Amino acid sequence: MDVLSLSRIQFAFTIAVHYLFPPLSIGLGVMLVCMEGLWLKTGRPVFHQMARFWTRVFALTFAIGVATGIVMEFEFGTNWATYSRYVGDVFGSALAAEGIFAFFLESGFLAVLLFGWDKVGRKLHFFSTCMVCLGAHFSAIWIVVANSWMQTPAGYHIVGEGLRVRAEITDFWAMVFNPSAMDRLFHTLCGAWQAGAFLVVSVSAYYLLRSRHQDFARSSLRVGLVVGLAASLLQLVSGHESAVGVAKNQPAKLAAFEGHYETMSNAPLYLFGWVDTQEEKVHGIALPGLLSYLVHGDTRQTVEGLREAAPKPEDRPPVQSVFQLYHLMVAVGFGMILIASLGFLYFWRGSLFEKKWMLCLLVLSVLGPQIANQAGWFSAELGRQPWIVYKLLRTSQGLSEVVKANTVLSSLILFGLVYLLLFAVFLYLLNDKIQHGPDTADLTPSGKLALPLR
Amino acid sequence: MDFGSLDLNTTWFVLLGVLFTGYAMLDGFDLGVGALHLFTKTDEERRTLLNAIGPVWDGNEVWLVTGGGALFAAFPMVYATVFSGFYLAFVLLLVALIFRAVAIEFRSKQPMRWWRQMWDVGFSAGSVVSSLLIGVAMGNIAWGVPLDERGEYAGTFLDLLHPYALLLGITTVALFSMHGAIYAVMKTEGELHEKLRGWVNHAIIFFIICYAVTTMATLIYVPHMAARVRGNPWLFSVAVLNMLAIANIPREIHYGRDGRAFVSSCVAMIALMGLFGLEMYPNLVLSNPDMAHSLTIHNAASSHKTLGIMLTIALIGAPIVLAYTVSIYWIFRGKVRLNSMSY
Repeated sequence: MDVLSLSRIQFAFTIAVHYLFPPLSIGLGVMLVCMEGLWLKTGRPVFHQMARFWTRVFALTFAIGVATGIVMEFEFGTNWATYSRYVGDVFGSALAAEGIFAFFLESGFLAVLLFGWDKVGRKLHFFSTCMVCLGAHFSAIWIVVANSWMQTPAGYHIVGEGLRVRAEITDFWAMVFNPSAMDRLFHTLCGAWQAGAFLVVSVSAYYLLRSRHQDFARSSLRVGLVVGLAASLLQLVSGHESAVGVAKNQPAKLAAFEGHYETMSNAPLYLFGWVDTQEEKVHGIALPGLLSYLVHGDTRQTVEGLREAAPKPEDRPPVQSVFQLYHLMVAVGFGMILIASLGFLYFWRGSLFEKKWMLCLLVLSVLGPQIANQAGWFSAELGRQPWIVYKLLRTSQGLSEVVKANTVLSSLILFGLVYLLLFAVFLYLLNDKIQHGPDTADLTPSGKLALPLR
Repeated sequence: MDFGSLDLNTTWFVLLGVLFTGYAMLDGFDLGVGALHLFTKTDEERRTLLNAIGPVWDGNEVWLVTGGGALFAAFPMVYATVFSGFYLAFVLLLVALIFRAVAIEFRSKQPMRWWRQMWDVGFSAGSVVSSLLIGVAMGNIAWGVPLDERGEYAGTFLDLLHPYALLLGITTVALFSMHGAIYAVMKTEGELHEKLRGWVNHAIIFFIICYAVTTMATLIYVPHMAARVRGNPWLFSVAVLNMLAIANIPREIHYGRDGRAFVSSCVAMIALMGLFGLEMYPNLVLSNPDMAHSLTIHNAASSHKTLGIMLTIALIGAPIVLAYTVSIYWIFRGKVRLNSMSY
């Protein structure tokens, strides 16, 4: 295989593994703030026990997130040197802001969150928890801003020529608030909240099925379901906003999402199907006019097709995989709304704990956000192809010139083995924590935390 | 913010120096503790060492992440050239850092002897390899690497492993071990404390030997790394400060003033990095043999505007970061005591 394919596979693999963890950290961060906040407000010991237990799970996901995250930062330079030279001036500010505003905040206060339970008072501990959660959100902001700039570049100009050509910032805030940045940030954060909430829901449902730690599980489940349902509903809004933005800013990408080749009014929306890339049409079930309606709010408006948005085949994304991944994401997204609503409804009626099938469904629900997050990222990134920076730099032009295929192959194999080990150990330890369950000792706060609020 | 006529390129050269010095001073001690880890024998001693760095190692590593990010932002040409040129070295560094991070996290999760032994080795090997590779990278930057006219690295992986670079690698391991040993003395008590006190002296001797050899090798084989001090004799005071700081460490340890010993070790690191920066300036990567292809703070930098934006970000962020970093070290001050939350 050539350097391009190998480098793309390596980046896709390392980012996919990495992206299992940050959403969990962000989502669990929100859950921890809710749980500890509830403890401070109500004083019920079970909330303290919940905060302690979920902090341990948080620590596990955070550690692997950091370890796999450093790889990402280095990989821009190792494998995509030409790209790094091209975007450094723009991308760099966002990365630097991420380092100084997000990572320091997160890792600094994490120390207090994890190890400060009996060294600091309740208020300071809660403050630290909030700061860790905020830091996780900040890091999402800057990295999504940088990635969105690659989708919809703004606030830059191109200088230099030949080998020295690069993008330079002209307007920092236009770069930060580039056309897709805020929609995609909101969409990403909703996905992260879902990931955290449904992990809590899943583990709690598992305890209830096994009749273990009942009090703990009921309280956890309640907090998880509320956050999960809210995030799933918000995701519908953010997903719609994002798609409308894609239609406006990256018509070729939207056309690939929907397998929409021909520019037409009353454009149909395929619920599912198979793209025939030769004949340039989709075989599947379609709702007429719905795509036009979703994009413009009016079925009579036209939606640009791929033939017009990207007439030449070399300018098109891989339509089949983008279409399938996008549809998978949407389907799972709706599934999550259904599961969360049903769960909430039964919980509200008080019949949830007798419904074994529903609890089983909730145990499996942890996979939903992870599948949707991965499918969503893949469709976003594959949908941007063949560009690494949309309409400015092709992915094939962004490679490191001095790196050979064999070198990338060896690093790919090495990362493959290390990540396999890492993931196996993660699952083993996560399972271990879940089987061990919450500590009864955690029902009584210790050290300075035991002191009442003044 | 408008910085007027301020030389932003030089400012960012200095700030990068500050970030990497901060990294060396902070992650340096936890990498050093890792290097010493296998010399302790009992499980309790090992847990004590791990928990001495437990709350802070993660934050320390962020200095590397931020340093890398700042390098990408301020000098993208250097970031691109060095990272793609030193490809395998960086991949190995990443693997070592990953192993180390997960080893710290996972060791205490199971009581089995084989489990703990496995992660102990992972933690220690990861720490030593990381320190060694960081030193080798520094050695290559000082020695100079072959760059072509486009500023791309024109050598191979094995070219990076020449004797001078390896010497700097070993010196870095020695420096971090000394620094880590002093930190561990500060954080422990009782029998382990006394044992570590003895190790500090061995570590200092090991470091001084490495340091003397490196200095000689630099003067003989890398004369460009001594040119500025030769031209400006008053800069020799930085080298003197460095020696005095190192000589002060055994004295403070002898009198049981562990905190001051740690400060001395930090001062020695600052002086070393200062000398390194003074000799490199204004180059960021020396091209050897063809000096004309070197990457400098001018031909490798981002635009004036971006450097200004980043300085604004740094001026807002740095005081906040410093304030809570200091508070967090304050909260976790004093000797380590193992409890239910410990590793």
